[in-house]
Amino acid sequence: MIKVENLAKSFGAKRAVDDVSFSVERGEVLGFLGPNGAGKSTTMRMITGFLPPNAGRITVGGHDVVEEPIAAKRLIGYLPENAPAYTDMTVYGFLKFAAELRGLTGDAGKQAVRRVVEMCFLENVLHQSVETLSKGYRHRTCFAQSIIHDPPVLILDEPTDGLDPNQKHEVRQLIRRMGEKKAIIFSTHILEEVDAVCSRAIIIDRGRVVANGTPAELRQKSELAGAVTVRVRGLDGRAVAQKLQPLANVARCVVLDDNGQVASVRAFPKATPVNGELARAIGEALAGVKLEELRAEEGRLDEVFRSITRPDTDKAK
Amino acid sequence: MTAAITNIKTIAKRELGAYFTSPLAYVFIVIFLLLCGFFTFSSSLGRFFEMGQASLVRPFFLWHPWFYLFLVPAVGMRLWAEERRVGTIELLLTMPVTAWQAIVGKFLASWLFLGVALLLTFPVVLTVNYLGAPDNGAIFTAYVGSWLMAGAYLAIACFTSAMTRNQVISFIVSVMVCLVLILCGFEPVIGLIEGVLSRGLVEFIAAFSFITNFDGFQRGVLDSRNVLYFLSVIGFSLFGTSVILRGHRAG
Repeated sequence: MIKVENLAKSFGAKRAVDDVSFSVERGEVLGFLGPNGAGKSTTMRMITGFLPPNAGRITVGGHDVVEEPIAAKRLIGYLPENAPAYTDMTVYGFLKFAAELRGLTGDAGKQAVRRVVEMCFLENVLHQSVETLSKGYRHRTCFAQSIIHDPPVLILDEPTDGLDPNQKHEVRQLIRRMGEKKAIIFSTHILEEVDAVCSRAIIIDRGRVVANGTPAELRQKSELAGAVTVRVRGLDGRAVAQKLQPLANVARCVVLDDNGQVASVRAFPKATPVNGELARAIGEALAGVKLEELRAEEGRLDEVFRSITRPDTDKAK
Repeated sequence: MTAAITNIKTIAKRELGAYFTSPLAYVFIVIFLLLCGFFTFSSSLGRFFEMGQASLVRPFFLWHPWFYLFLVPAVGMRLWAEERRVGTIELLLTMPVTAWQAIVGKFLASWLFLGVALLLTFPVVLTVNYLGAPDNGAIFTAYVGSWLMAGAYLAIACFTSAMTRNQVISFIVSVMVCLVLILCGFEPVIGLIEGVLSRGLVEFIAAFSFITNFDGFQRGVLDSRNVLYFLSVIGFSLFGTSVILRGHRAG
């Protein structure tokens, strides 16, 4: 549905997006991750036809965004960053305006407005001016605008930004539900959202794609993935580590915590273990020891995120 | 084609609605009407009564280029600056509309608004008809000219509005540009440069002035050259607007 090939964009000397390629099919929810200024919004702005790319090609539903912008834009619903809306209009007026520009006039327009008002819980503020809305309502108003024509493609730039936990939950549910039939790209820097909503995630840093895969695959990249943590009573940390170190698949051991009575030790594998073989081996090695806990680690997204994107201070150079 | 017209209409309707939901429209209309009334009937400025003629040329229309100098940029300054500041430009231009449809729609809405303000000066026409027998054809022509001229001011304001997200800067720049276009046909200025430049050159410069081109309309003469002048200022400025909007996005 969405196909991005070798996309590049510079602002002056700064390369905001550098050779980005990916595709999203119907039924997929793609999470777009990356530090601030990584090029997420710029990429989305190019897909929606707001910014022309310097190089590369974007097609939406088979229509080239640069050559057939109108045909491509018809298929896209877009929630820009910060959810802008015309502050002087009422929620109803704003949605009606969006519907009309989408070619939904008369009864079709009214019906479309009614549908999204219900989906986004906007009944209470329907005749209030956008200016007087709280941030959550304003966000949902702009979100409603993006789905008013029931588009096959949805581009959402930080759709849960500024919402309270309940609203975040609602929006995530909505995205996941719609993701069954649409191709959705959404950006976020809340990593838990990736697990909650995405079928696939892309991490970009300094304009480049640095990781692309399902949340589970990304977690595998974590150093932590496959590691085994044990908590033992009555043995000091170093002694535990010495018992584990000789095991075939153990690369190194780290003592996490040792208060004289209880020690926690983590063993990192050389190769990703399958079927809990490392955990089993460790359990056998510690036979006869008072084992309080033995846990195979899953790998954490935030760790993957931190290890493959570099902090801002680095970038300044 | 019909889709284009529908889009332009939708955008224009929204824009016009925006004028009337903010106090700006009412403030503008009141100030414009007060100025018109004051300048027309004042015994030191328009001298409508003192002239003893059933004519609106000197007392009424003469001032329009000067009123517009400050009032029209005030109407046009928000057109694009506000869209850029709030970020709604990103919504508007990712809708299935072309930049041209958006530019024309917004321009037409503001121009229509200026037309409404201009029509509300009708009591002046009633007054002069009550007092004497003016040439109503000439008055009509002058109104058409005044509206065309307002459109030219507005297109320039639209252009400067696209250049910045700051409305104040947009206002100041468009006042400056319009001032130049007024002054290059303003008699005292012409008198000044006549001493330095050749006659042909002075006429050439004056031909670019709002005042010179509005002159014919005021006297009830509908000259295609003057119409063409205002229309080309509008066309050129709107084209400039589209270039600037594209430039922002091209980075």
